[in-house]
Amino acid sequence: MNDKLYKILLFAAALIMPIVCGGVVYALVTDAYDAFEHFGFFKFLTSSEWSYTEGAEQYGALPFITGTLMTTLLALIFCIPFSFPVALFVGEYFKGTKVAAVLSTVTDLLAGIPSIIYGLWGFYTLRPIIMALNISPQGSGVLTASLVLAIMIIPYAASLSAEFIKMVPNDLKEGAYSLGATRAEVIRKIVFPVAGSGIFSSYILAIGRALGETMTVTMLIGNTNNIPDSITSTGNSMASIIANQFGEADDLRLSSLIAIGLILFLITAAINMVGKIMIKRARIS
Amino acid sequence: MESVKPILEFKKTCVSYTKQTMAVKYVSAAIERNTITAIMGPSGCGKSTLLRAVNLMHNLYPNIRVDGEILLNGEDILAMEPIDVRRRVGMVFQRPAPFPTMSIYDNVLSGFALNGIKLSKAEKDATVERCLKSVALWDEVKDVLNKKGTFLSGGQQQRLCIARALAMKPDVLLMDEPTSALDPIATKHIEELLLELQKEVTILIVTHNMGQAKRISSKSMFMYLGELVEYGDTETMFNNPVDERTNAYLTGKMG
Repeated sequence: MNDKLYKILLFAAALIMPIVCGGVVYALVTDAYDAFEHFGFFKFLTSSEWSYTEGAEQYGALPFITGTLMTTLLALIFCIPFSFPVALFVGEYFKGTKVAAVLSTVTDLLAGIPSIIYGLWGFYTLRPIIMALNISPQGSGVLTASLVLAIMIIPYAASLSAEFIKMVPNDLKEGAYSLGATRAEVIRKIVFPVAGSGIFSSYILAIGRALGETMTVTMLIGNTNNIPDSITSTGNSMASIIANQFGEADDLRLSSLIAIGLILFLITAAINMVGKIMIKRARIS
Repeated sequence: MESVKPILEFKKTCVSYTKQTMAVKYVSAAIERNTITAIMGPSGCGKSTLLRAVNLMHNLYPNIRVDGEILLNGEDILAMEPIDVRRRVGMVFQRPAPFPTMSIYDNVLSGFALNGIKLSKAEKDATVERCLKSVALWDEVKDVLNKKGTFLSGGQQQRLCIARALAMKPDVLLMDEPTSALDPIATKHIEELLLELQKEVTILIVTHNMGQAKRISSKSMFMYLGELVEYGDTETMFNNPVDERTNAYLTGKMG
């Protein structure tokens, strides 16, 4: 009897998660419906107008989708040359040593810093440097946001890919060494191919993090509602347009913001799902 | 009469994992060319440790010290580059571990690929065929060379690993309990194979299986607590062991 009650309680508790998730999707879809109905789904996705002149309101998500994808992609590119060596250092070269433990703890600490602090650092330290280097006159923009975003996702990519590098069986590495391979050859021809799909999926999950990051991007991207024409120009991301305008928006504009939220949710969910599936596959093989 | 020059010679070889304890203590022995030498002894007696000293596997782990001399054709291995040594001394491990991302074909050639040695297509084909034939795997896999090596059975995988080591044309082949993870039939195949292979390569095999040592080796070493207790003709050792400890081990009084 007790066992049965326990089971029911557990089941009820577990059921809350899917209910919450379903509720979020339901709310997003119903609230975004107006915007999609008014502009049409594809028109909304591909339009780059964002004007709230009464009577001639035009809202489109393209500048924000572009802004989000650009910052994420750039952040990924900037993050690889730093996270990859850290992963190799911790997972292979100094595996199991104190130095590796210290390095991975410090890297993980980076993940714990609140994004508002990264934003402040970017705004008051990095932005003046960008201006001083004459990269862009206003300092803020896609590039600035991406650089800080890259630092934020390094710990995720590094610690997860280090796990996969560690998992490469010693049998294989010793087998390769016994054939006369150098360490570099073992890493290039055995460790990378074997850990490859795992490493790839860690970057997918890092992308998932970068896509939804709001505060830092809002503080640094410049918040202009246009498609950025170069990496140094200003723009806006999906998360930052919502953060900027949700308080003053109503009716069609609010519905449009929520529609952008729904699109962001779908992109992030899809990316995370792909990453998780790939991790599962990498662990099995 | 002067005896034939040994291919491999241990001279007061010691291996230590920590400063206080030695896993292999002052082993001296000369290994003859084109023989199979079995290294026997209870778990933890240092037989694998001694074997792994020969291809400088211990160099991968900074805490392990190897002292004394190990001569390969009269040259001290411990003073040579690990990479040069390992190309001349092949190794087969306890668990068959073909490289999972490579095909059967590429597994045989992995030694060349790992060393960055380029071969022509004809040389590659010839090497793959020669090596797979010498491990009696050719007929079984010649139509599936492009499949992954991990798709083979355990015994086939182990033969693939032997082929991979043979491809580099080593002088000496080290085998660390190569059949302990295999079933009796696969074990029998490998034993027959080793008897054939000793014509082209000198084999040093660590084994837990006394029957195996008796069946395939011409010389045997018995190790106990890091010391080489006895070394001689396998037949003599099994029939008339000199040392009491060897006798106790071979008769099952000590394991």
